Amino acid sequence: MFSRDNWKEIFETIQKNKLRTFLSGFTVALGILIFVVLFGFGNGLINTFDDFFSDDATNVFMVFTGRTTMPYKGYKANRNIEFDNSDIADIEKNFPLFLEYISPRIVRQDTVAYKNESNNYSIYAVAPSHQFSEMTIMMKGRYLDVLDIKNKTKNAVIGRLVEQDLFGGRNAVGKYIDIGGSSFKVIGVFQDDGGDREERNIFIPYTTRQLIERNTDKIDAIVIGFKPQIGYAGAMAFEKSLDKFIREKKYINPQDQNGIFIRNVADQLRQNQQFARVLQIIVAFVAFGTIIAGIIGISNIMVFVVKERTKELGIRKALGATPRAVIGTILLESVFITTVSGFVGMLIGIVILGSIDEKLEDFFITNPYIDIPMAIFATIVLIIFGAIAGYVPARRAARIKPIVALRDE
Amino acid sequence: MIEIKELHKSYKMGANSLHVLKGLNFSIKEGELVAIMGSSGSGKSTLLNILGMLDEADSGEYTLDGVPIKNLNETKAAKYRNKFLGFVFQSFNLINYKSALENVALPLYYQKVPRKQREEKALKYLEQVGLKEWAEHLPNELSGGQKQRVAIARAMAAEPKVLLADEPTGALDSKTSYEVMDLIQKINDQGNTILVVTHEEDIAHMCKRIVHLKDGVIVEDKKVEQVRASQYV
Ligand SMILES: Nc1ncnc2c1ncn2[C@@H]1O[C@H](COP(=O)(O)OP(=O)(O)O)[C@@H](O)[C@H]1O
Ligand SMILES: [Mg+2]
Repeated sequence: MFSRDNWKEIFETIQKNKLRTFLSGFTVALGILIFVVLFGFGNGLINTFDDFFSDDATNVFMVFTGRTTMPYKGYKANRNIEFDNSDIADIEKNFPLFLEYISPRIVRQDTVAYKNESNNYSIYAVAPSHQFSEMTIMMKGRYLDVLDIKNKTKNAVIGRLVEQDLFGGRNAVGKYIDIGGSSFKVIGVFQDDGGDREERNIFIPYTTRQLIERNTDKIDAIVIGFKPQIGYAGAMAFEKSLDKFIREKKYINPQDQNGIFIRNVADQLRQNQQFARVLQIIVAFVAFGTIIAGIIGISNIMVFVVKERTKELGIRKALGATPRAVIGTILLESVFITTVSGFVGMLIGIVILGSIDEKLEDFFITNPYIDIPMAIFATIVLIIFGAIAGYVPARRAARIKPIVALRDE
Repeated sequence: MIEIKELHKSYKMGANSLHVLKGLNFSIKEGELVAIMGSSGSGKSTLLNILGMLDEADSGEYTLDGVPIKNLNETKAAKYRNKFLGFVFQSFNLINYKSALENVALPLYYQKVPRKQREEKALKYLEQVGLKEWAEHLPNELSGGQKQRVAIARAMAAEPKVLLADEPTGALDSKTSYEVMDLIQKINDQGNTILVVTHEEDIAHMCKRIVHLKDGVIVEDKKVEQVRASQYV
């Protein structure tokens, strides 16, 4: 059935029936192409979701305070909970097994000025370890260090875009800027994958901020990095006992939804990834729908092709074509066309995905791609089902009595 | 070569049934040139299709070259057609996207003759029908007479035991008809057995024997003095 002679016969038929070849080839190529692109978009969505969160470390809890809504142990409801420096020390002391680093965070909006340029920025008062949680990357100069904290220095680390805004591209390191009325020395410039907003932040020592605010020891929030080795389950356990510890220390009702909040970045990331997976499954579903549409398309074309060729097949039968030969003629032709155009469609799809790169980031699609085995698998599925779809009308054609086929006009 | 006994065939059309062949008997020896005559609707094509294994009789016996033709499945029938029979139709039935040469070579493809030999042989037969120069032409570039000659070359290429021609001149003018008959006579002269279905007296008399069909029965079966077509060409 697969002799060279058969192939030659098929090539000739294909060459001489260009419209037919084009129609079925086009359907298949388009089906695969759309499949590859859609599937790639699904992966692009996942990439976007991963990007959203991967600019920060994922082994991080953020602990915030709020107002209680329930009375507890003699304390009334509607009490304002606040952290102070002792809380940092207590957490450090109580969770040495889980803890990798801890940093307070006090955020203020302040006007920042250099010479004639001024602007509003978020000023983060933090400890040196905050660099790990935000994955701050130093471009030049240095980050805050323990001496800055100890000596309550007026040093500031500014974002790349702050430097751009205020210094117009000139080097800011060593220069003095005015933050909310106090003069700070720029000791470093950073960049952050989190995007423009994060590159417009400024970091100063939290002790300096506390000094400025009438020597308070209050803290807005606590950033905790846990050891990655403890894993997801360990992190959940840590979150639970941390919650319990703080509630006990601050007299917050265990049932109170307010008072304190722990944001578990790992858990959020997981939820978001799950959401992205669901999206991807939906997209994959649609993509497989395309494949099914392609199969239906090729089936219709095969029915049409066989109908159109009825008379020819009758002639061939009169000349001695066996039913097997008739089926072979139709099937080999369709499988050949589906295979070639399927792989052409697949390659075009892959090229399109490759060229999209980051162009569709506004539509939440980043670096869309498809695994080659997946693309090949889909193509082969279409080829196989295309063959099955072709087999049914081919067998019917093979069964038509030659005399009936010859009468066909 | 061909022997039929009590051949019956009827077409069912809904509740009605049309009895077309009502018990035909005859035998044809090797090398004969037989005309099957009869008016339109007398069952000539039906008979020829049964002889050609394109259709099946309802009852009766049919022996071809000593082989009883009975209860054939499609594969077997296809093989017998390929081995024993060559067909010429009124409407030529050439494959329109294949060249004259490829059309002639097609039965050899189903005989699994290698391509090269196929083409040589096809060319030889095209030459015999005087169309060697037209080998690469598509059917729609040929005249009716040329198409029929290609069809005859195709029927002969498989070197069949019997050539079956259903109104081979039906679509042709009389001059072209005689050319085609001249060709058929020459092929017969080489010893080939040929059946020609026709409703035209002059064509029938270019054969050596006339079997006259009327209303599904043979009303006459006679040997005739063959009129040579070459004198009209
Ligand atoms: N497939 C068919 N179904 C029903 N009736 C048919 C069929 N083929 C032929 N007939 C009928 O059978 C009769 C004989 O037809 P046919 O053998 O073609 O006659 P001829 O070739 O002598 O003109 C005609 O009346 C025709 O209408
Ligand atoms: Mg007829």
